[in-house]
Amino acid sequence: MFGKLSIDAIPFHDPIIMVVAVAMALGGIALLGAITYFRKWKWLWTEWFTSVDHKKLGIMYFIVALVMLIRGFSDAIMMRTQLAMASAGAEGYLPPEHYDQIFTAHGVIMIFFVAMPMVIGLMNLVVPLQIGARDVAYPFLNNLSFWLFAAGAILVNISLVVGEFAKTGWLAYAPLSGIEYSPGVGVDYWIWALQISGIGTTLTGINFFVTILKMRTKGMTMFRMPIFTWTSLCANVLIIASFPILTATIALLTLDRYLGMHFFTNDFGGNMMMYVNLIWAWGHPEVYILILPAFGVFSEVIATFARKRLFGYNTMVWATVAITLLSFIVWLHHFFTMGAGANVNAFFGIMTMIIAIPTGVKVFNWLFTMFRGRLEFTSPVLWTLGFIITFTLGGMTGVMLAIPGANFVLHNSLFVIAHFHNVIIGGVLFGMLAGLTYWFPKAFGFTLNEKWGKRSFWCWLIGFYLAFMPLYVLSFFGAVRRMQSYETAEWQPWMLLAWVGAVIILFGILCTVIQFYVSIRDRKQNQDVTGDPWDARTLEWSTSSPAPFYNFAHLPDVGGIDSFWAQKQEGLKSVSEGPYQDIHMPRNTVAGPIISLFALIFGFALVWHIWWLAAVGAIGTFVSFLARVFNDDIDYYVPASEVERIEREHKERLEMQA
Amino acid sequence: MTTETMSNHDAHAEGHEHHDAGGMKIFGFWVYLMSDLVIFGSLFATYAVLMKGTAGGPSGADIFELPLILISTFLLLFSSFTYGMAVLAMNADRVAQVKAWLAITFLLGAGFIGLEIYEFQHLIHEGYGPDRSAFLSSFFTLVGTHGLHVFFGLVWILVMLVQLQTKGLNDMTRPRIMCLSLFWHFLDIVWICVFSFVYLMGVL
Repeated sequence: MFGKLSIDAIPFHDPIIMVVAVAMALGGIALLGAITYFRKWKWLWTEWFTSVDHKKLGIMYFIVALVMLIRGFSDAIMMRTQLAMASAGAEGYLPPEHYDQIFTAHGVIMIFFVAMPMVIGLMNLVVPLQIGARDVAYPFLNNLSFWLFAAGAILVNISLVVGEFAKTGWLAYAPLSGIEYSPGVGVDYWIWALQISGIGTTLTGINFFVTILKMRTKGMTMFRMPIFTWTSLCANVLIIASFPILTATIALLTLDRYLGMHFFTNDFGGNMMMYVNLIWAWGHPEVYILILPAFGVFSEVIATFARKRLFGYNTMVWATVAITLLSFIVWLHHFFTMGAGANVNAFFGIMTMIIAIPTGVKVFNWLFTMFRGRLEFTSPVLWTLGFIITFTLGGMTGVMLAIPGANFVLHNSLFVIAHFHNVIIGGVLFGMLAGLTYWFPKAFGFTLNEKWGKRSFWCWLIGFYLAFMPLYVLSFFGAVRRMQSYETAEWQPWMLLAWVGAVIILFGILCTVIQFYVSIRDRKQNQDVTGDPWDARTLEWSTSSPAPFYNFAHLPDVGGIDSFWAQKQEGLKSVSEGPYQDIHMPRNTVAGPIISLFALIFGFALVWHIWWLAAVGAIGTFVSFLARVFNDDIDYYVPASEVERIEREHKERLEMQA
Repeated sequence: MTTETMSNHDAHAEGHEHHDAGGMKIFGFWVYLMSDLVIFGSLFATYAVLMKGTAGGPSGADIFELPLILISTFLLLFSSFTYGMAVLAMNADRVAQVKAWLAITFLLGAGFIGLEIYEFQHLIHEGYGPDRSAFLSSFFTLVGTHGLHVFFGLVWILVMLVQLQTKGLNDMTRPRIMCLSLFWHFLDIVWICVFSFVYLMGVL
């Protein structure tokens, strides 16, 4: 009846998990109770969950990402604490079985459920506004993408309390992840969480690719697009071309585990090297899916706050395109030690080093944008400066790893861990936090508190260096990754230093939480009435903050790069005047949440081999999709009078402030 | 911005949002097909790597029955032709003909699926199921994924027959028939690759 699922699946014997579970349950009950008490269910459902508004979806992506960041960081600080303790024969407080789940969960959560939703959330919030569109190409699919992603996130969190998570490392290398060596449900949770959310990501990629190519406003040629839109376009090309490989690879692993096939097994002709090749053929483009939009954020921030047009717009675009293409021919550098041969390794090593050239072009473009600009040291600028230094350092250790000879020594050591945290924290995370601060007023109508934002930045920056520089050092002593304890007592001071760094990062996260609290409390003082709090350059700042749901009463006309800036220089007001026309908009839809709920049931049932429930999930997914296909009532017109009312209110607020 | 230029925008907006909606759907569907092609590409690559991994079991030459495959190939190729006729009928606004051609396409596709099920069932019965060797795993998965696509295509044809019955040809159903057309021809192209790469090269 319940497949492999029984009461034994809940780890009552593990006090850490039980405390977390009770805390999560209490927190959940408090949240649900508060929503019920304030009678907000209907509002949540009609205004948010079923919304097809790209701005609201962007905000929801970010909320989930920040919650998951706390989960992923808890894993991180648990690991650092374990390694600070488990020296010279000491066992620490985490048994290997639990420790292995934690480092797997940490990697999976931080990449798939923190970095990805931040990047996609920011694309949602910003891209349609930057290209002067009223929505994305397929608003319903956009809502569905979010909910499929959310279903994956929920599945990962269920695994914390019901059963276990994978103990294989974040990419679940075969044959370790095969049924023979991982007979538990952990890898199955990994499979279905990534499969369901990955399909959502593929749909997002298609959606934004078409949106950017087909929905730009009048005059917005490709080479007038803001750089963030360009980097998003390239990231979406990478999603479309690489995520299907992930889908296929996970499907093959699924067949191995569920139907006894032999793709990646040791025996019966299977080839586990095929798994490693396939997963990195997706995995390497994936890191550029994350970092390219972050590059875009820094470009916008630095041009805005240096009060200068971005230096080398064209080279920035071509550098982005070059990175996009190169990202597909470097995947083998993740496993030089596999034994593909010297010539193959040399090719992939050289290709990897070549990527440093367009990246260097970008760094110089940012530097020259600041050169002779009037740089204003706001917190987004601090994140950007921290990024330029940290990312350059991380890039250089990356080039070191790209040398096959050096790689044979450094492979699987803490050097790799230090390197990719160097680029992911220093690049993606700094970029996303800069973007969050920069575009927050556009989403909510008030700016974030600068003082707490800067405190958060300094904690993150100092914490990062303290936490990860010791790992470079340790790697030269021979410390490997994914170790639960170590014999060498001399390593412990470095491990303690890294722990201190993690604690300082914790303060950085606390500063961000306080920043939200303070900013919401003081929202009246920090109100952004003009819609353009930074005196910025691109179209999203030409509409009010928060932007009306139709984005622009009249679709803007673009005459060049940064045309909004040019308009302001000519003294043209950005206030829209009547007469207004009816605006065509998509209707909200319940289909996205419902389809995804069935997909979640399907995934959970397959994890536990509850076949009847899996059938319910599959049929439910299909029928609810069919119901959407047969629904003709998917759009409506906002009457011109309604547009006029909203625009008049905005004008009155502007006049009141003046 | 000034009022003078505004009438321009709105004229443009009108064109953007209404005239182009169907075209945007079809363009997006092209992009989806390209991503689907990457899935097939991954499966072909996996097959190429694993085809020698027979683990003492049969190889392609031992189990492929070309006459049967030839019949199913012609069923699928002919169904692409009949789908083309359906699109021509749609362009001539002849709903009854569209439905008739779609029905014929459905029967041909169902015949293809029937033969594939027969082939798979036969192989499994002989003891050459997908768990026998890496070669058979990759063979069943590649061919089966194509078959699954054809199956979804058949379901889609049924949905379109119902929608043509209830809604007729309109701005909603026309782009869908065009997308299904792209899907159906796409599966034909993939099948030609399966036929040449798996079956023909397998028996050579």
